[in-house]
This record gives sequence, structure tokens and C-alpha cells, in this order.
Amino acid sequence: MDFRNSDTITGPRSEDVLPTTATSAVKVVIVGGFGVGKTTMVGSVSEIRPLTTEETMTQAGVGVDDNSGVETKTATTVAMDFGRISITEQLVLYLFGTPGQERFWFLWNGLFEGALGAVVLVDTRRLEVSFDVIGRLEERGVPFVVAVNTFPDAPHHPVEALRTALDLPDEVPMVDCDARLRASSRDVLLTLMHYLHSLALPTA
Amino acid sequence: MGDPERLYVITGGPDGAERAPLDLVTMIVARDEPSPTVQPEQAAILRLCRAPLSVAEISAYLSLPFSVVTALLTELLATELVESRAPIVRAALPDRSLLEAVMHGLQKL
Repeated sequence: MDFRNSDTITGPRSEDVLPTTATSAVKVVIVGGFGVGKTTMVGSVSEIRPLTTEETMTQAGVGVDDNSGVETKTATTVAMDFGRISITEQLVLYLFGTPGQERFWFLWNGLFEGALGAVVLVDTRRLEVSFDVIGRLEERGVPFVVAVNTFPDAPHHPVEALRTALDLPDEVPMVDCDARLRASSRDVLLTLMHYLHSLALPTA
Repeated sequence: MGDPERLYVITGGPDGAERAPLDLVTMIVARDEPSPTVQPEQAAILRLCRAPLSVAEISAYLSLPFSVVTALLTELLATELVESRAPIVRAALPDRSLLEAVMHGLQKL
């Protein structure tokens, strides 16, 4: 841990300083496997250069032979990139690009529980990661949409075939996106907000 | 590797110490200028939070783990050097006017 002298801490650039009225925050989690484009998506819509928050995870590894009593502990640093969008003078939206592995989710208090919803970012070359993530979000009751990040060399599957492969309920929106493009990433977030809004409507 | 004793000092105690229930997006605002008696890390937080800043941003700018920042903030909150505003969290019934505000804000991007 290397703490720099507080006089040398670089805070937000002057254009990134929030107005004093900005006291309400909401968050959305962008979750997916390694290299699926979470940070790219965060960066393309964020008004600030994406930042990183870290947490140290201590894993206790118990020896195979229970009688030996041998335990080893290893500390791993887990990083999470995030960005920010000012919605109004009062309201700020934070976007967190979160690793797909559930063991990381407990490191940050209420990461999913308090989130308005989640975007599951999918790479069609590695569907199994997304399959696991979707199952865990369903278990936790976190509403989500699925966004398929289009990689140039990835096979293109019709949305319906992917829906079947991911065992995704009909009501959950699924869209194609290019995480590098601000408009495309913004549209994914809008899809999520529309979906959350529809959940608030009385069902006919 | 850093000095483990140092980490212990800035978290203010062993693991499991009581901490304020802070979310990644709890907004923090300083209520006062740092006095000479506060720790350098806490002085840095007070300087950073002259304008509102989320706990996640404080963690990022100070390059300190989230759990260390929450420990530092717990003390600053107890001594009323900062104030916090809890985030708006997902409710059982979604708040439609909030979602509409977010949509409107996103459309301006």
C-alpha cells in the first residue's frame, strides 16, 4: 500500500467536478466475462475518464488432508472499472464494469442489490460465461438486459438462437451493440431503463 | 509490498470493526477543511470532497481499497467532518419518475 502525500493526490479534473447539488446517485452494473468489453462500454458512455476501484480478496485454501490443519491464504487484488454520467443537476448515474465471477461480487457492499439493474455483456465466442452470470442475476432478483457485443471476428448468431442458447426468458430484452460506440452503449442503457420502466407497469 | 502495520493504522482497527454502511455510490461531501490533527489520508478525502464525490471515486483517486476508504469515512462521519447521502436503490416497485429522468438524461448523450 503506497499512499502518496495528500498534497500530490490528483483529484477530478476541473471539468469533472460535480456541482454541489449532485447528491443523489444511482448505479447500473455491466457484467460479463474477461475481455468482453465492459471497460470499453463504461468508457464510451462515461463523462469522466474511467476510474478503477480495487479491493483485496483473501482466499483461504485448506489443505486436501483435513487432519493436517494446514491452511494457506493468498491475497488477490480485484479491480473494477467505473464511469459516471450526470443525469440532472441532482442525479448522477454510475456504471460499474464487474467481473463475471460471483466470488468477486461480495467484495463491494450492495453492488448488485442496490443497483437499478444490470447489463449482461455477451461475447458469442464465450457464451458459457454469460450463461452463468444470467443464472446468478436471476437468483438474486436483479433485473437485467442482455447486450451482445459485436466483435469483428465473432460468429454472428440470430438473436433468437442466442436467446435459446442462453435459456433467456422471452420478456428479457436482448440487443446487439458495439461497446466502442457511445450511441450504441447509450442505447443499451436506454433499453435497460425501458425494461425497468415496463416492470413498473401493471400487467394486463 | 507495503507495510502491513501501516494498513492496520489507516483502517483504524482489525477486520470486523464497526463501519458505516457505505455503498460504492454513497455521495460524500466535506463539511469542513482538514485540521492539522486528521490523518493525511483523511485530509486528502476532505480536500477531494469539497464537491460531492462517490465512495468509489474517492477509492480510485486515493488508490486505496474500497474497504479502507469506508473505514476512513466511518471516522470522518463520526466526527461530522463529512456528510453522506445514501444512493437511490432499486425498490420492489421501480420508481418510474426516476427511470424517466435517467432516460431523459441518457438521450442527451
